[in-house]
Amino acid sequence: MVSKIKLEWFSNIRGDILSGIVVALALIPEAIAFSIIAGVDPMVGLYASFLIAVIIAFAGGRPGMISAATGAMALLMAPLVREHGLDYLLAATILTGVIQVIFGVFKVARVMKFIPRAVMIGFVNALAILIFMAQVPHFIGISNMTYVFVAVTLAIIYIFPRFIKSIPAPLVAIVVLSAIAMFSNFELRTVGDLGLITRTLPEFFIPNVPFNLETLAIIFPFSIALAIVGLLETLLTSTIIDDMTDTDSDKNRESRGQGIANFITGFFGGMAGCAMIGQSVINVKSGGRGRLSTFVAGAFLMFLIIVLGDLVIQIPMPVLVGIMIMVCIGTFDWGSFKYLVKAPRADAIVMLVTVVVVVATSDLSKGVIAGVLLSSIFFVAKISKIKVTKTFEDSKTIFEVEGQLFFASVEDFLAVFDYSVSNEHIVIDFSSAHIWDDSAVGAVDSVVMKYKDNNNTVELVGLNKSSKKIVNQLAMYDFN
Amino acid sequence: MYNHILLAVDGSDNSLRAADEAIKIASLSEGSMIEIIYIVDFDKVKADVLHSDSKSELDYSRRKHLIPFEEKMKAHNINFKTTVFNGYPGQKIVEYANEQVVDMLVIGSRGLNTFQEMFVGSVSHKVFKRANCPVLIVK
Repeated sequence: MVSKIKLEWFSNIRGDILSGIVVALALIPEAIAFSIIAGVDPMVGLYASFLIAVIIAFAGGRPGMISAATGAMALLMAPLVREHGLDYLLAATILTGVIQVIFGVFKVARVMKFIPRAVMIGFVNALAILIFMAQVPHFIGISNMTYVFVAVTLAIIYIFPRFIKSIPAPLVAIVVLSAIAMFSNFELRTVGDLGLITRTLPEFFIPNVPFNLETLAIIFPFSIALAIVGLLETLLTSTIIDDMTDTDSDKNRESRGQGIANFITGFFGGMAGCAMIGQSVINVKSGGRGRLSTFVAGAFLMFLIIVLGDLVIQIPMPVLVGIMIMVCIGTFDWGSFKYLVKAPRADAIVMLVTVVVVVATSDLSKGVIAGVLLSSIFFVAKISKIKVTKTFEDSKTIFEVEGQLFFASVEDFLAVFDYSVSNEHIVIDFSSAHIWDDSAVGAVDSVVMKYKDNNNTVELVGLNKSSKKIVNQLAMYDFN
Repeated sequence: MYNHILLAVDGSDNSLRAADEAIKIASLSEGSMIEIIYIVDFDKVKADVLHSDSKSELDYSRRKHLIPFEEKMKAHNINFKTTVFNGYPGQKIVEYANEQVVDMLVIGSRGLNTFQEMFVGSVSHKVFKRANCPVLIVK
């Protein structure tokens, strides 16, 4: 136990502290931008990032992964904030935590494996598109200088790392461009125009909502969507970090940890969050491996806000927009275009439908549900193709059945048989088929019955073991 | 002579040709060994994970890159071993080559990702500049 704690926390102290600092610097603009997307004060996102990162450092199942306020969650909560205000968001955050803990206890992480990759690809692409769309009002048609600042930010972000890798480029863009904006009279909006930054630690308080069923009815749909989307992004991120570091992680502990983090965060004025793909990748690339890196990221972020809060509100909005565009470019799966061409048609459609539903509803959870449903329908359609070939042999009529016989394929199966014959010997061969459910058995029964009505004899052959079992259990005729 | 040859591969045609040259050199002396090194690129992990359904599929998709090289080694009766790392290819190859006692490093001149190379400067260039052992770059 002690050695495990030592390994997870203190086996990479220097790398973890340095990478934690890099991540903290990268988290600040994102936490602010995601607060703006959610429609709350920047402090709500900053507190969330501080609290979630620090708590997940202890409670999470994937050392070295960074969790904080995220775009996916911010997008989901925006309508709730718009209609009911911050207190309902905090209540929803607490409930999200409870739901995620329950998911963790019931090992829902395992079920997440059933989400097809087409849906996951659609999910990240839709997320990138939505974050981009959320930036549009902050830079289109504000002022010419705004366009210039967005462009310069992007130029710094993509060119600076070619020469110097040790300092995060977004930080360089923030420092340089904020300084220029402060000492000039350009017409630019700043973070301060969109909300307050208070230089204090978060405090415990109970969200000011009536404790009744009506409140629950308002927050529950949001909480369930937040819980699902949060876990989805978290599990995807942890798989990526597992792969980058060539280590395994405890997915159920991670879902519980996410729940605990959100539950506590809600009581301290923070919004719900989850694991962040981009930041976690930055952490590992910067040398972070242990829990200490996540802890440092959260703690150093809070330290920076307390020390530099007055400077943070001077950050021009277009710089933040530039950084968010970078986040979108990094989030989008650029392999999707090739995937659309090469993947099986059904998968490509599922991917597109996931994206379209998300973009149309601005709700990631709806897209995921639509994608999962559609791919299950495609799957059923694919395996419900059943083939029956009819041959004649020694005065016998043989029907050879090929495929899966279940509720979705019985109709095609039944359509093949012609009952007008009489006094014949009918053989139905199931060697290449499998009988799955009571509808299938019912179909077999009815075929047999109809033939027997016309004085035919019917023989079933080639049933495999489990098909035989279900037929013996459910069929009206005794086929033995 | 060249006892320990490090062959950096990425599954491209160039690295297949690099393997042929490495085999020629290894055949010159008894007891020489080729170590095939393959780097799982940090920057491609997200896409790799998204596009595979399971851990085993992911591992297989990487393993697949190495099979042709191992086949070549076996066909020429060369002593070899395979090493896989995660990281930035250029940096990791240099780090490993300098850490081990390597007599020669063999690498293809350009990899799979030609688009990226226009911007970043190729892996082979980085390796050539920073490795402390003789480097053979194969066109």
